[in-house]
Amino acid sequence: MPAPAEYRLVFKHIDEPGYTNDIECYQRHGGYEQLKKAFTMKGPDIVNEVKASGLRGRGGAGFACGVKWGFIDPTKNTKPVYLICNADESEPGTFKDRQIIHKDPHQLIEGMVIACYANNVHLSYIYIRGEFPLGAKILEKAIAEAKAKNFLGKNILGSGYDLEIYVHRGAGAYICGEETGLIESLEGKRPYPRIKPPYFPAVLGLYMCPTIVNNVETLCDVKHIIAMGGANYAKIGKPNNTGTRLIGVSGDVAKPGYYEFEVGSLTLGQLINDVCGGLKNGRKLQAVIPGGSSSKVLRAGEKYKIKEKQADGSMVDKEIGLEDIPMDFDTMAAIGSMSGSGGVIVIDDSRDIVSCLANLSEFYAHESCGQCTPCREGSLWMKKITRRLADGHGRVEDVALLKSVADNIAGRTICAMGEACSWPVQSFVAKFKNEFEAKGRAGKGPAVAATNGH
Amino acid sequence: MSATCHDTQDHVELKPEFVAHADELISHYPVSKRSASLPLLHFWQETHGYISNQAVEWIAGKLGLNPIQILELVTFYPMFRQHPAGKFQIKVCRTLSCQLGGAYELREHFMKKLGITKVDEHGLGISADGKFSVEFVECLASCGTAPVIMVNDDFYEGVSHTQADELIGKYS
Ligand SMILES: Cc1cc2nc3c(=O)[nH]c(=O)nc-3n(C[C@H](O)[C@H](O)[C@H](O)COP(=O)(O)O)c2cc1C
Ligand code: SF4
Ligand code: FES
Repeated sequence: MPAPAEYRLVFKHIDEPGYTNDIECYQRHGGYEQLKKAFTMKGPDIVNEVKASGLRGRGGAGFACGVKWGFIDPTKNTKPVYLICNADESEPGTFKDRQIIHKDPHQLIEGMVIACYANNVHLSYIYIRGEFPLGAKILEKAIAEAKAKNFLGKNILGSGYDLEIYVHRGAGAYICGEETGLIESLEGKRPYPRIKPPYFPAVLGLYMCPTIVNNVETLCDVKHIIAMGGANYAKIGKPNNTGTRLIGVSGDVAKPGYYEFEVGSLTLGQLINDVCGGLKNGRKLQAVIPGGSSSKVLRAGEKYKIKEKQADGSMVDKEIGLEDIPMDFDTMAAIGSMSGSGGVIVIDDSRDIVSCLANLSEFYAHESCGQCTPCREGSLWMKKITRRLADGHGRVEDVALLKSVADNIAGRTICAMGEACSWPVQSFVAKFKNEFEAKGRAGKGPAVAATNGH
Repeated sequence: MSATCHDTQDHVELKPEFVAHADELISHYPVSKRSASLPLLHFWQETHGYISNQAVEWIAGKLGLNPIQILELVTFYPMFRQHPAGKFQIKVCRTLSCQLGGAYELREHFMKKLGITKVDEHGLGISADGKFSVEFVECLASCGTAPVIMVNDDFYEGVSHTQADELIGKYS
C-alpha cells in the first residue's frame, strides 16, 4: 500500500512559496484569529477543549497536555503560574521545532498566548537552545510585532488580560531540555534536574511556583484545537493517539526531510520506502532509531507481537515486521521502543553498527550533568567500552560488561537521562549481539585512550 | 571573594550602551535577577569574545551574586569560553546523522585546510593566525541535511568539501 498523503496542520504554510515569518503574512493567512476566539472563552473552557482533544505532548514523553494543565487547580493555587515553551530541541535526530521557529514563529506565539490565557499565566519564557541564535532573533522580532499589535503585553485586545513573553537562550547543554533542568537553567543555575517528587513543575516549578512546560509543537497544536474544537481534533489520528505529528527522517534514506502525518496513519515501512524514497544507493536497511536517539533501536527483519483492535472491539494478537509498524505512540511503546521526539534515524547495511552506538554513547557521556553516579560514571564507561570495541581494541567480555553497565543505570537516577543513555546501549547490544561479539573477538587487546576530537 | 580562571584579557572599558543593554536584559526577569546570568554571559561573550575574570566579577556584581555562581555556569555550559577561540568559529556537528553524512571527514578536511594539528582539552583547534577555530559540537537539530556546521552564528547545511573550501575563502 502506498503511503497516505501528508496531513499538514502545524506545517501548513512551512515552505509554501511566498510565505514569510512576519506578522503581516501570518495575519493574511488567518493568523491571530484563534487568539480572538480564545478570548471569547473562559480559561477553564479552553483547558477542557485541550483535554477533549486528547493532545499528547510532542516533546518526548507523550504526556496528555490537558491532564498536565489540569494539575494546576486555579481554585486552590495562590501563587503565580508560569508557562515555559521548551524550544531546546536537542535530542539527536530531531529537527522539527527549528522549522516552526524559523519559518512560522507567530504560530508558536499565538499558541502560547492562548495556552497562557487558559492557565492564567502572566509571565512566560521560550527556552531556546543556544545554538539557535537566528531562531532567537526571529522569535524576538515576532514577539515585538505581536506586542505592537496588542496580541501580547498589557490588556491584550481589550480583554484586561496581561502577558509578557521573553526569549531565554541556553548555552549548549542537552540536559536543559529536561524540564526541571530547564527550570534550574532559567533560574540562572547549572541545569541540574530536580528530584520528583517533590519538584514536579506543576507544583514547585520556576521560582518554586506552579509551572507548565510544553514543547514548541504541542503549543502550536493548541492553536489548532481552538480552531476546530477539541472533539474534532480528536478525530484526527487514532484514539489515545490523536492529531498530527511532525516527523523528521535522517540518515541513510534517499530523501531525508521533515513531514507531517496523522498519528498512526502510516507505517514505518511506508515512511522509509515511499515518503523518503527508500535507502540511498540501493543499500538495504539495517536498523531504525524511531523516536530520537534515546529510543530503542529496531533491527531490520525483527518481528513484534502487538494486539490489534478489531471492528467489534475485541483484541487479536498479531505478529508484524518492522516495516508494518504504525507510527503512533501506543504501538511504538508496545513493540518496546517509543515515538519520542519524532526523529527517525535510518541506518543502512553498509554501516558499522558498533560505531553508530559509539557515536551516541559519546553524546550521552558528554551531556550527563554529573549529579548521579550511575549516569555520570556509567555513561562514561559506556562511551569508553563502545569506543574501544568500535576501534578494534575491545575484548569479547566487553559485550557483557557493556550490558551490565547499562542495566545498572536506568531507574537509579534523578532524571530520565538515565534511561535515555542506557536504552540505546541495551537495545543495540541485545539486537546486534553477534556484531558486538565479533568486534570483541577481533579486538587487538589493550585498550588505548579514546581519541575522538573531544 | 575572587573567582579564579586563567585570564589573558586586559581590562576592558564598558561602554554605556553595553551597560544599558545589560540592564534591559535584566528587566526580562522581574522575579529574579539571577535568571539574567546566561543572557549576560552570552552578551559579554558576543561583545568581548570570551568570558574573562572581569566578566565573571562584573556579571556577579550586577546580579548581586558571588563570582563563583557565575564561574560555575561558565565551566558547565559548553558554549561559554574562558579563552579566545578563532575569529571565525567553525562548529561541526558530530552526532550520529551527521557522522553518517560525513561529519568526521568534514572536520578533518577543515583541520587540514587550516593547518590545525592540535586541539585543546575541549577538542578546540585554532589556526596559527588565530582567524579560524574548528571544533565538534553535538546535534544541531538539522539532521536531515547532514552534515551541518555553524560558522559563528551562520548555519550551513549539507556541507561538501568544496563548499567547505569556499566558506574558508568567504570568511578569510
Ligand atoms: C534528557 C531529556 C532531554 C529532553 N529534551 C527535550 C527537548 O529538547 N525538547 C523538548 O520539548 N522536550 C525535551 N524533553 C522532555 C521534557 O522534559 C518535557 O517532558 C517536555 O518538554 C514536555 O513538553 P510536552 O508535554 O509538550 O511534550 C527532554 C527530556 C529528557 C529526559
Ligand atoms: S540522570 Fe544524569 S543527567 Fe539526569 S540528573 Fe542524574 S546525572 Fe544528571
Ligand atoms: S546529528 Fe547533526 S544536526 Fe542532528
